[in-house]
Amino acid sequence: MVPDVSHQAADRRVADLRVAAIGGLVLLVVGALSLFVGVSAVSPWDLLAGDEQQRTIFLTSRVPRLLAIVLSGSAMAVAGLIMQGLTQNRFVAPSTAGTIESATLGLLVATMWFGTASVLGKMLVAVVFALVGTGVFLALVQRLRFSDIIVVPLVGIMFGAVVEATTDFFAFRADLLQTLAAWTTADFSATLRGRYELLYLVGALTVVAYRYADRFTVAGMGRDHAVNLGVDHRRTVTIGLGLVATVSAVVVVVVGAIPFLGLVAPNVTTMIVGDNVRRVLPVTALTGAIVLLVCDILGRTIRYPFEIPVGTVMGVIGGAIFIGLIARTRFRDAR
Amino acid sequence: MPAELSPVDLSLAAVERPGTFSPRRARLVIVVLGVLAVASIVAFMTYDLRGSLSFALELRARKVAGMTLVGVSLGAATVMFHTITGNRILTPSLMGFDALYLMVQSLAAYTFGTFAFLAIDVRVRFGFELLVMVGFALVLQRVFLRPASQDIVALLLVGVVLAGMFRSLTQLVARLIDPNEYATLQDQFFASFANVDEDLLRVAGAIVVVVLAVTWRWVGRLDVMALGRDSAVGLGVDHARVADRTLVAVAVLVSVATALVGPITFLGLLVSNLAYRLTGTFRHRYTIPAAGLAGVVAVVGAQFLLEELLEFQTRASMIVSFLGGLYFIVLLLREPRS
Repeated sequence: MVPDVSHQAADRRVADLRVAAIGGLVLLVVGALSLFVGVSAVSPWDLLAGDEQQRTIFLTSRVPRLLAIVLSGSAMAVAGLIMQGLTQNRFVAPSTAGTIESATLGLLVATMWFGTASVLGKMLVAVVFALVGTGVFLALVQRLRFSDIIVVPLVGIMFGAVVEATTDFFAFRADLLQTLAAWTTADFSATLRGRYELLYLVGALTVVAYRYADRFTVAGMGRDHAVNLGVDHRRTVTIGLGLVATVSAVVVVVVGAIPFLGLVAPNVTTMIVGDNVRRVLPVTALTGAIVLLVCDILGRTIRYPFEIPVGTVMGVIGGAIFIGLIARTRFRDAR
Repeated sequence: MPAELSPVDLSLAAVERPGTFSPRRARLVIVVLGVLAVASIVAFMTYDLRGSLSFALELRARKVAGMTLVGVSLGAATVMFHTITGNRILTPSLMGFDALYLMVQSLAAYTFGTFAFLAIDVRVRFGFELLVMVGFALVLQRVFLRPASQDIVALLLVGVVLAGMFRSLTQLVARLIDPNEYATLQDQFFASFANVDEDLLRVAGAIVVVVLAVTWRWVGRLDVMALGRDSAVGLGVDHARVADRTLVAVAVLVSVATALVGPITFLGLLVSNLAYRLTGTFRHRYTIPAAGLAGVVAVVGAQFLLEELLEFQTRASMIVSFLGGLYFIVLLLREPRS
């Protein structure tokens, strides 16, 4: 008997819609929570009643913060998803491929040599470094004799460590180590109107990624497969990496490094929705935004009224989830 | 086509090719390393001495003593850790031991209050931290090392991520502490070679001597362990028990090194592999001394060359992580089919 394909597809669409709807709802709730958590009390009722001071805080601080988190969270998650698709390895992400470390090195170089450059100029330098760094990582991976799923991210992490040592070396000589630590820990406490708008670029790139989603899926199946299906493998990979490097660099410059997000969000999502990039991508973006929002709210409430940077909270929670993921793949069979 | 690289067997037993080991050569290597270590120490102590001689000498002696202890501890600890995990790339630092030590410190400071914590006698404090570290190490062993000891690369990834997580947790705890106390604590964490506490130095020295003396009695059993778990059990060694004891020694040695100068991630990896290569064997009566002496040469020698001779404003640990990372990538690129 021939299975009724159209019927199956319709079922799947309904299921996708349900997941997206649940995700959207969670995002709305967490987002609303984020708007009203903070040192200065802002309540929805006072806002509606037209409290002038609260309105100012709301518009110059709370709303930009929420937007910045949603934009960078979803973009980093999508960047991770693209990388995992292209390398066919679900442990590869900007933070395990040296991309973030390279962008940081670029930021340092821009600051040291072109100290007066605008944020845009620094961003460009960081993007170039991130691109080169990711390229080096890919070249290294291609030289691997047996690209084991675990060896690839290890090479990336070690490459990141080498780049980081280089950054530290120059930062130390320029007496910038402390500044560097402040830059690289993602922190939204200083996100105000006028200081996050570059992130809209990242949002736009996420939309571009969605347009290319199918091609990433195909390219992820390997070069031969892609060529058979009429996809220019090289070009697709280049576009994908360009997107990833740009997104990571912009987020590093504006927000700081967000550890593990690009790794955890796509993995969790793929577990729920499956592998097709076009179907996973929107949900991954949602997951990324939600995870980052939750971490930010946690960071703001654990030690109220002081704030713990979201990068630190993410490092703890993301690390724990990542270890769980490795344990799931490997140690389950070993026992 | 990528250039052909010869694969590397990452197991410890593969270090020694059958029939090529020469005890004479290994002993010679140890003597040469010893001479180099003494030479670096003497050079560091005497180069360009100015001003008040006794003051300068005392200051330098403290620095050198700290560095020597760190080199010896990390070198020996890494070799032993390799033996019980059955490979030569997974090091205590990569498994997050030193990051864990810093986390334990900050957690203790948070629990007792920074100033109250710092007011406790350094010996008592250190003893307490060592106990916690050893406990943690044994838990780590139960959870990760034992069930997965066959899967080195997976373990490595877990270790690297754990280390990152411990660092984030340390930052988190540091932020939970009163901001005024935070600065005080931060000074403690990044104790450089320059200001090693004299009391701590004495305690640390005593501990390292005791631990090394005790482990020296096991070198024969460690040699058997290096052949792999099955062979060791077949030859009548209680693998689990020796592994536990060795792990305790490793935890103590790494804690001592971290307490003295903070984390130096790749030092152990570099000097232990140097020791295997130079001595041409995995036998611990040669590799432990060779790795320890190579550690002294690396730390004291590098610091002397960089700081005094080249007048280079940098920290030796940065150079070590740069070179160590590169070396590591090369090893991974040449990883064999498992």
